Amino acid sequence: MPTFGSPGRRVAIVAGVRTPFARAGTTLKSLSATDLGKRAVAELIQRSDIDPALVEAIVYGTVVPSVVAPNIAREVSLMPMLPKGVQSYTVSRACASANQAITDAADQIALGHAHVIIAGGAESLSNVPILHSRGMSDALVAASKAKTFGGRVRALATVRPRDLVPITPAIAEPTTGESMGESAEKMAKINHISREDQDQFALRSHRLAAAGTQDGRLTAEIAPLYVPPSFDAMTVDNGIRSDSTIEALAALKPVFDRKYGTVTAGNSSPLTDGASAMLLMSEERATSLGFTPLAYIRSYSYAALDPGEQLLMGPVLAAPVALQRAGLTLQQMDVIEMHEAFAAQVLCNLQGFVSQEWAERAGFSKPVGEVDRAKLNVMGGSISIGHPFGATGGRILTTLCNELARRGGQFGLMTVCAAGGMGHAMVIERT
Amino acid sequence: MPALSLQHVDGVAVVTIDLPGEPVNKVTAGLRAEFSDLFATIVADTTLRAIVLYSGKSDTWLAGADIDEFLTLETAAAAEALSRSGQSLLASLESLTLPVVAAIHGACLGGGLECALACRYRIATDHPKTVLALPEVQLGLVPGAGGTQRLPRLIGLQRALDLILTGRNVRAKKAYQMGLVDELVHPAILLDIAIDRARKLADGKLAVNHAPKDRGATGMLLEDNPIGRSIVFRKAREGVLAKTHGHYPAPLAAIGAVQAGYEKGIEAGYREESRAFGEMTVSAVAKQLIFLFFATNALKKDPGVGEPAPQPTPVQTLGIVGAGFMGAGIASVAVQQGTPVRLKDTDVARVGKGIAAVADVLKERLKKKQITRLQYDDQLSLAGGTTAYSGFSRANLVVEAVFEDLTLKHRVLREVEAALRPDAIYASNTSTIPIGRIAEASARPNRVLGMHFFSPVHKMPLLEVITTEATDKDATVSAVAFGKKLGKTVIVVNDAPGFYTTRTLSAYMNEAGRLLDEGASIEAIDKALLDFGFPVGPITLLDEVGLDVGGKVGQTLFEAFGARMSPSESMRRVVESGRTGRKGRQGFYLYDEKGKKNNVDPSVYELLPHGATRREIDPAEIRQRCVLAMVNEAARCLEEGVLRSARDGDVGAVFGIGFPPFRGGPFRYVDSVGVVELVEELEELNGRFPGRFAPSELLLDYARARRRFYPAHGSPIP
Repeated sequence: MPTFGSPGRRVAIVAGVRTPFARAGTTLKSLSATDLGKRAVAELIQRSDIDPALVEAIVYGTVVPSVVAPNIAREVSLMPMLPKGVQSYTVSRACASANQAITDAADQIALGHAHVIIAGGAESLSNVPILHSRGMSDALVAASKAKTFGGRVRALATVRPRDLVPITPAIAEPTTGESMGESAEKMAKINHISREDQDQFALRSHRLAAAGTQDGRLTAEIAPLYVPPSFDAMTVDNGIRSDSTIEALAALKPVFDRKYGTVTAGNSSPLTDGASAMLLMSEERATSLGFTPLAYIRSYSYAALDPGEQLLMGPVLAAPVALQRAGLTLQQMDVIEMHEAFAAQVLCNLQGFVSQEWAERAGFSKPVGEVDRAKLNVMGGSISIGHPFGATGGRILTTLCNELARRGGQFGLMTVCAAGGMGHAMVIERT
Repeated sequence: MPALSLQHVDGVAVVTIDLPGEPVNKVTAGLRAEFSDLFATIVADTTLRAIVLYSGKSDTWLAGADIDEFLTLETAAAAEALSRSGQSLLASLESLTLPVVAAIHGACLGGGLECALACRYRIATDHPKTVLALPEVQLGLVPGAGGTQRLPRLIGLQRALDLILTGRNVRAKKAYQMGLVDELVHPAILLDIAIDRARKLADGKLAVNHAPKDRGATGMLLEDNPIGRSIVFRKAREGVLAKTHGHYPAPLAAIGAVQAGYEKGIEAGYREESRAFGEMTVSAVAKQLIFLFFATNALKKDPGVGEPAPQPTPVQTLGIVGAGFMGAGIASVAVQQGTPVRLKDTDVARVGKGIAAVADVLKERLKKKQITRLQYDDQLSLAGGTTAYSGFSRANLVVEAVFEDLTLKHRVLREVEAALRPDAIYASNTSTIPIGRIAEASARPNRVLGMHFFSPVHKMPLLEVITTEATDKDATVSAVAFGKKLGKTVIVVNDAPGFYTTRTLSAYMNEAGRLLDEGASIEAIDKALLDFGFPVGPITLLDEVGLDVGGKVGQTLFEAFGARMSPSESMRRVVESGRTGRKGRQGFYLYDEKGKKNNVDPSVYELLPHGATRREIDPAEIRQRCVLAMVNEAARCLEEGVLRSARDGDVGAVFGIGFPPFRGGPFRYVDSVGVVELVEELEELNGRFPGRFAPSELLLDYARARRRFYPAHGSPIP
């Protein structure tokens, strides 16, 4: 089976790094997404020892863009370490935005348009734009267009008290009005995912992430941040609870359905600040520059379903396609990384992988099969580590590459669910 | 080839200044003559209605006088006559019936600005290269072509005094705000707008208002009447004296010229300006300051090794080991030049402290509006940290700035070399330990040298590069080139304990310690050397440097040079007491919580010989002993080949250890005292303190041959 980008233009994943992830409103709140992105990319350049002059493009993902700097990729690429001629653009595919950046970069390399690209993403959920109400906006626009002082006063006089209430972006589906948590809650019910299973999965996430932090596997992927104004070092993610217990998780109240619900703050991923960056190259350039790639991209796919149905089942539709494109089976995967938006979502996805019905919906006669838990999210996931929307894909792929190498495996699979009913899957190979 | 060219553009004479074969335009005798002739031609041509003065150089409009020409002036009268002729040339420019527009892009300094001031209208480009200044006082001179008269009348008395007395650069935007220029334009349209304005002035279609602007109420109250002005002049004199301690006559002379213009009429002002110019130009202080100007300029062009000098390799990434005060200081100047820095220390907390220190330096620049917010962010983002040498493989220069301990330095060197590419340069920022000793641990001693920065790095102008016999030439030139890029004046010295600066400074501080042993008071010693012109006294300096550091340095030099460098008893006892100086808030002086110096700590005397009983020692003797100890040691450095030249020794002492600039440096000081007399003084002292003041062989040779280190007349640097 041909690998994506072959022959000679196989896409090498050379290095990956990320900032520590911090719960929104905590340690990293003073840094914008652009600040975080610049730090991740700067550290990637320094750690990987790439000559910055060889970088041809930056593709960067973000979900809640800054109103003043909407093309975050360009802002990041204008850092002093890089030449000003590095073209750069921003992509958005909800929680798979960094993945979109990575696959866009991979496409450019496979097509022969570029040899060296930095891809990743950043999100600062401490710094979401707060918008004026419609009434307030209308009044301000009218006032700015008024030619006389009186006209300005008249325009502003139309503002009513209710117009003063600002609008904050919600994590809800514009089409259904359903929040992400409500969707997860609904999926838990449809697929009969118990509260206990969700809490157990969340506990597992925290324990594995804590172990990865403790033994340095996880911290090795993190660029310490020196955070102004004190410049104290932040070296680890601050959402991981090494002391978490099943009792503590069980004590939490459901957030999205107080009466019948099972989804709690404990078994969901938190709002998070952070950034990730990866260095991708054509295999031939990596070889000629003397880099030893972490892994190669073998295949990827994207899929979508009706967001009004089961919003976060995209991975179930995307994974079989990616595996088919790779010419491989789930059983051949040595490590599997699944984005954990919610414990309920992961557990629904895992059920979907063994479901004949979902296999047929994806256009396959047989399900992809049972995921071996020993290979799944072996250093925790978004529930414990955190989930800066635009950055997560880079974190997961970096961990997947490193863990695959550490285990001496050959193939790895990652999946990401995303708002809008979308899903992503990617297969990587080591040699 | 003429420097001036004339172009007719629709009735406007565009005069372009472009000195052939020179990188910048300067006011030479030839240029002055050409100006006179060309103006005569233009005035005679009835088709011409106006004049634009423009520059053919990319970075300068007119960068001031030709200093070499000043050095040929042997008497005050000759210099005064030169000033008078400059004044009259500009007076005729000012009184032309044709309007003259100065179209300024690039440096407009000294005589250049004086020329612009004599024009009817000034347009400057809004460009970082465009700066205006009257820097004469920095060379011990005063403006000599009407600057002291025209400037205060254009921008107001207080602002003008500020510019004249500091010589500081004014950027175009600021110049526009203070009314020094009339318009601010993009370089691409400078000439077009200048021609347009010249034509409009000729046609009477452009009214010019040159009254000083935006001075505020107090400005007007003080400047527009004789009583207010006399207050301004008095304050200005007081300010100058507080700063110069009376060692620099030029600022006072400049105030005198400005004042004469207000009190006795502008003609008297011009005459006083010329008189002061004549007096200052041949003054001893101006000669020393001009020497330093020439010497630093010569060092800018000096690659640091003899010819043929290899090409320097630019530093792509700078590795720094040790994120302490020095390491962070070096990082702070490197990131300002766009160099990515990898700051390594043993734990992230230390690295964080280092990056915070870099941020502090940048924040200060941001606060002073020397950089923008974006530049702040950009520069700070260039400082990365590591605890494990990651990122060092791209570093082609690593500066080690760890504690002064040879074993530690050896360990660090081995670690770093393992992470480095083989052609990378390893520089130790030691102040004392011989580089050869440090290089003993190296597998590649040819890539090892010293880069001795001074603290605080972002403020101190000197860098001492130390090479051993093994150091590759290309490593030396690359280190020197990088130092220059950081804005430092770089001297290259040969390896020896204490190199040049630490060794000479120690000789001086040691002598101060011995004076303490003999019972002199701390205040008396510091005052005597402040009076000599040092920025701080030696005992204060010891507290600043840190008594622990000073003690360690003293010990190293004693081991290397023997009895004449033996540490004083006072110093030994104070170091043993555990006092560390300012950083520990306890030294010879008392310090408040913020580290600000108060009075002498009386309890320190209990530690010293003679206790609290201090006796008076003649300040002249204090000065003589401390200064001669330093000068004699400097001469030894030249004699032993530690120094390449007297020039390097003078520049190093002035910019590295605070030798008074108006005295030029230790070797210039020998020349001005007279080497024969100086050797006699040394011998007399050596009689009283056997062994300590034995004149160096070099000084004896010079005395016997009655040689000077520098020519008595003409250019001090060949």
